[in-house]
Amino acid sequence: MSLTRRDLLRTSLAGAAGLVIAFQIPNVVKAAPAAAAPALPPANAFLRIGTDDSVTVLIAHSEMGQGIWTSLAMVIAEELECDWTKIRSEHAPAAPVYASPAFGIQMTGGSSTTWSEFDRYRNVGATAKDMLVRAAAARWKVAPSACHAANGFVVHGKQQLSYGQLAEAAMKLAPPKTVKLKDPKDWKIIGTPVKRLDTPEKITGQAKFGIDVQFPGLRVAVVARPPAFGAKLAKFDGSAALKVPGVEKVVPTANGVAVVAKHFWAAKLGRDALQIDWTPPEGGGVDSGRQIAEFRAMAKTPGTIASERGKVEQALSGAKNKLEAEYDFPYLAHAPMEPLNCTVKLDGDKCEIWTGTQFQTGDQGAAAKILGTKPENVTIHTMFLGGGFGRRANPNSDFVSEAVIVAKAAGVPVKVVWTREDDMRGGYYRPSYVHRIQTAYDDQGKPVAWDHVVVGQSIIAGTPFEPMLVKHGIDGTSVEGLAESPYLEGTNALRVSLHSPRTAVPVLWWRSVGNTHTAFAMESMIDELAHAAGQDPLAYRLGLMKDKPRHHAALSLAAEKAGWSSPPPAGRARGMAVHESFGSIVAQVAEVSVDHGQIRVHAVTCAVDCGTAVNPLAIEAQVQGSVAFGLSAALHGKLTLTNGKLDQSNFHDYQVLRMHEMPRVAVHVIQSKAKMGGIGEPATAPIAPAIANAVFALTKQRLRSLPLRLA
Amino acid sequence: MKLDINGSVHDVDATPDMPLLWVIRDVLGLTGTKFGCGMAQCGACTVHLDGQPVRSCITPVSTVGARKVRTIEGISADGSHPVQRAWAEADVVQCGYCQSGQIMTTVALLEQKPEPTDSDIDSALAGNICRCGTYARIRSAVHLAAKLSRGGGK
Repeated sequence: MSLTRRDLLRTSLAGAAGLVIAFQIPNVVKAAPAAAAPALPPANAFLRIGTDDSVTVLIAHSEMGQGIWTSLAMVIAEELECDWTKIRSEHAPAAPVYASPAFGIQMTGGSSTTWSEFDRYRNVGATAKDMLVRAAAARWKVAPSACHAANGFVVHGKQQLSYGQLAEAAMKLAPPKTVKLKDPKDWKIIGTPVKRLDTPEKITGQAKFGIDVQFPGLRVAVVARPPAFGAKLAKFDGSAALKVPGVEKVVPTANGVAVVAKHFWAAKLGRDALQIDWTPPEGGGVDSGRQIAEFRAMAKTPGTIASERGKVEQALSGAKNKLEAEYDFPYLAHAPMEPLNCTVKLDGDKCEIWTGTQFQTGDQGAAAKILGTKPENVTIHTMFLGGGFGRRANPNSDFVSEAVIVAKAAGVPVKVVWTREDDMRGGYYRPSYVHRIQTAYDDQGKPVAWDHVVVGQSIIAGTPFEPMLVKHGIDGTSVEGLAESPYLEGTNALRVSLHSPRTAVPVLWWRSVGNTHTAFAMESMIDELAHAAGQDPLAYRLGLMKDKPRHHAALSLAAEKAGWSSPPPAGRARGMAVHESFGSIVAQVAEVSVDHGQIRVHAVTCAVDCGTAVNPLAIEAQVQGSVAFGLSAALHGKLTLTNGKLDQSNFHDYQVLRMHEMPRVAVHVIQSKAKMGGIGEPATAPIAPAIANAVFALTKQRLRSLPLRLA
Repeated sequence: MKLDINGSVHDVDATPDMPLLWVIRDVLGLTGTKFGCGMAQCGACTVHLDGQPVRSCITPVSTVGARKVRTIEGISADGSHPVQRAWAEADVVQCGYCQSGQIMTTVALLEQKPEPTDSDIDSALAGNICRCGTYARIRSAVHLAAKLSRGGGK
């Protein structure tokens, strides 16, 4: 919905105990990079202060575990000088004012929330503080400059007024034209370890995820979707489903059939009872074995050039020291713990949606299009996300669009709940890739020629992001981190090329996106080169990165903290990797052993340079979590398809990391003056190559296929 | 049929094969217990039957009988149970979806083994998946909870 000032005032009044500050909006801030946006953000869209002294921060992004409800509240609180114990966060509605400063639409992804909102949320805090101080100064008839704000009060000499006492007066003042933000040396909250604000509701079962939405009259739907990618609904018979107690309706969707019932269990039994004929996919559907063979064949020839310098073929043909390797990566499911779901209630041309989404603007538009209404008639209540990892940021709005279609067809409010099998078989996977690298090295072992072919589906093609992110036929996410690798700065003959075959399998970004495969190929080959040159993997890498101080420092620190210079315990070996993504650099050293042919990861030592570290406690959590996510893929993750049908279905045949497999993960955050980067994703990519390199050190087996399996 | 949930007896209208999970969530409206897999693979739906942790997603409601059901809502509404306090102190949660199940499994573990080793924790919690990867902090929190339960710690 498009929020007018009046709407915001009403929303604010309705949402808080007592009266609230509602700041005047100087003008609507367009979505633009923070640096290019001189106007202050409309503070009342982001902050409410109640007469009870409560401070409520409206979070423009989705809380899916990454801790932004806390970090953005910290950022506001730093400037607002409020009482931290009175602060709480909630999800903002879907509205243009909440468009991401990084992407121009309301969404959560790309590890961008904290760095992209850092200035906006600080400005909101400073704006509100300015108005509160002026309100107090006016009451005391003193100059605002004679007052100061601290811990939720404005103070002048011995007198003080709480923010709640000043709220009404402050709301009547004009907002400042400009504010002065604190010098970083004066920060009291930013940079300190702060515990999460959403813990109380998440440890008592009170937190509301999308799947927890309940209200009188709400029905639950379970949907039969095509059993294979490319299959089409031919005909169906819902009569047996309608006989299941509790089932009320059977309605078609765009390419499936929904069973609407009183509760999930009846809907699920009803879905099981449906009689459906599906038209199989044309050409028999995707088969993983055949596909990987096709990808390998394509990797033998250069694709569309993504980056090129020098004459790589000439340099390779004349070289005496050469290495060549192929790496392959399977499709992966995000498998968030909360299966996909979406609740929709229609009322005339108005639509209310409750869901855990990372993609409010897209979902709002998609729902409006289906209903033939305007986006502002679609209200989105963003619930807690039981994990996102990219799956809930779908430019095709699959789970939202489907729920809107079901609610429309059923004529009742509906919560569509996906089973785990539905979620796993529903597509939008991390694509499968093959990399082929041919490299030549000089007598010091340095790469002098590097020919790199990547084969795999484009994530971006066919989405609204294509014009922005696909340039000259290159989906930048497919090759990110290759040509710009710090290891290849001195390589004068370089070519990175890309084949982007299209298939019927829908694909999507998966925590850390292209880096999930590019970091593996790059760090594996660099390790192969180090060994070919007879050099220590650390010394070899540092030699190539001597002009990249941040990478150099991160890798050196991780190695030092892992005890790289001393031998590992008997039966174990160490391997390393360092990778830059989302503006941050993460180095990891993994210590592994092999037990009955199984790789065991005992310890992972991480060094992180993410620029300004807003909440070190959250950074540690994100790095540990990213390592676990990457470990699931490194040790277990593999989806396969037969005749277009996914062979896996649930956690028994798509294993993910469990408690007993979790290594000790030490996280060392570098005090950095660099521009702030992201932290939700960057620690995901280095772990698989760090393990593979450790396994090589231990066994002399070079594992080039994911998940990692010893011969 | 009658169900004793968190100390109060409810008369529920459900078919005998309906899993306890969906009775708890969709019939009784207690949504703290989560659906994750439907086949006892992930532990998100863990509740106690007479103190024993069970996967409610595969437990037909007809098999519960007179046994007392305890859900996350019955542990404490204000987060004051030692396990919840330890979870808060260790800043465990991320998305939070699996944490009801993790806490329920831990409460049962500590009732049986007041001083669990790392290996006890691995065994007890191997059936509770966390995709956010909070395992390291869960491990610290279990040890802390054991200490708090014995009256030590903060």
